[in-house]
Amino acid sequence: MNTAIYGLLFVVLAPLFGGLLAGVDRRVSARMQSRIGPPLLQPFYDVGKLLQKKTRQVNPVAGPLLLGHVIFMAATGALLLGGTDLIFVAFVFALAALFLVLAAGSANSPYSFTGAERELIVLLASEPFFILMMAGVCKVSGVSTFGDVLAYPQWVAPQLPGILIAFLIVATIKLRKSPFDISTSHHPHQELVSGLTTDMSGRLLAYVEVAHWYESAILCAFMVLLFNRSWPIGLVAFGVAYALEVLVDNSTSRAKWQLVLRSTWAATLVLCGGNVLALFVIGR
Amino acid sequence: MSMFSRSPWILHYDGSSCNGCDIEVLACLTPLYDVERFGVVNTGNPKHADIFLVTGSVNERNIDIIQNLYGQMPDPKVVVAVGACACSGGIFARAYNIQGGIDKVIPVDVYVPGCAARPESIIDGVVQGIAALEEKRKKRAS
Repeated sequence: MNTAIYGLLFVVLAPLFGGLLAGVDRRVSARMQSRIGPPLLQPFYDVGKLLQKKTRQVNPVAGPLLLGHVIFMAATGALLLGGTDLIFVAFVFALAALFLVLAAGSANSPYSFTGAERELIVLLASEPFFILMMAGVCKVSGVSTFGDVLAYPQWVAPQLPGILIAFLIVATIKLRKSPFDISTSHHPHQELVSGLTTDMSGRLLAYVEVAHWYESAILCAFMVLLFNRSWPIGLVAFGVAYALEVLVDNSTSRAKWQLVLRSTWAATLVLCGGNVLALFVIGR
Repeated sequence: MSMFSRSPWILHYDGSSCNGCDIEVLACLTPLYDVERFGVVNTGNPKHADIFLVTGSVNERNIDIIQNLYGQMPDPKVVVAVGACACSGGIFARAYNIQGGIDKVIPVDVYVPGCAARPESIIDGVVQGIAALEEKRKKRAS
């Protein structure tokens, strides 16, 4: 019963957390460029405005698909905190991202379509990591739900150093940060117009923004999962990781998709695979 | 103050400008002026934009492009003509290939004079554009 309440709380509070995080991100990025930057609540103003704009749909399936994207992102977090099996959560997370790919691919714009193709590539690059991370956490703790891992009496993180390092690399993809933001091409450096979101306007773009807020909150929850003994330490660890991502975002240019795929898979295979393999060999 | 005045996203198009005004438009984004303080984002995508910032005059070859970009912007939207050329054709007004100011092809809401327009006056034009945007939103809602 309690876990269901946590799931519901996530659905309500995660957008607030994600939106604020995006606001802090934009301000910190601005300070790194010697600018003052927008107000802290700017992402909320943006979404509020987008909801009031006229929505133009190139293909009528984009609306329902993007709504599905938001719902499944919220569901991923709700299922995670609601006490569902961790591996299942990783699969729902991938499904949520797939809705965005389908919506972007449904528009006939070459920019949007290239964005959708690149998003598929980054999904291919990042998904094995999440499954291996869940497998590693389950192997160390011997349990398979969020609540049980948090109740596990020992720290999980010290036994998963490879996964912690790989988390930083994969989070760059999921948080849509340079050099791995090949599918969205965010405002400071745009070569694909707006990539995935090129043909999304008004309400549809607001859905994408809100889904991304959920996504950031889910990544934060994953970090808390790795620092299972104390959630404040997990939050601080996520803060440090996010600060590093912002620094990298502001100091690198966008990579080609080949580099994204190779570096992420290399990190997943060597760091995560090696870590999980070591757990099985030592644990025997 | 509604969300529109806090989050004006801009699409910048260079007609037949000499690039003087374009450099001043980009100067607005630099640390000295930093228009992102007001939530302004230079989108580069007409479907995300609220304010269409045009520099330079209209020539025979860019009439369709300007109309196309304007048509792709979702309502409510506002056009700001930046610089003497965008307002009236400027010193190129009587050239054989020039049609004149931006208002020859799309409705313009705010005219920003100057050759080149100063960043301060461009920001002032955008702020007036926001007021026009707000009015259009109210009209649309009622």
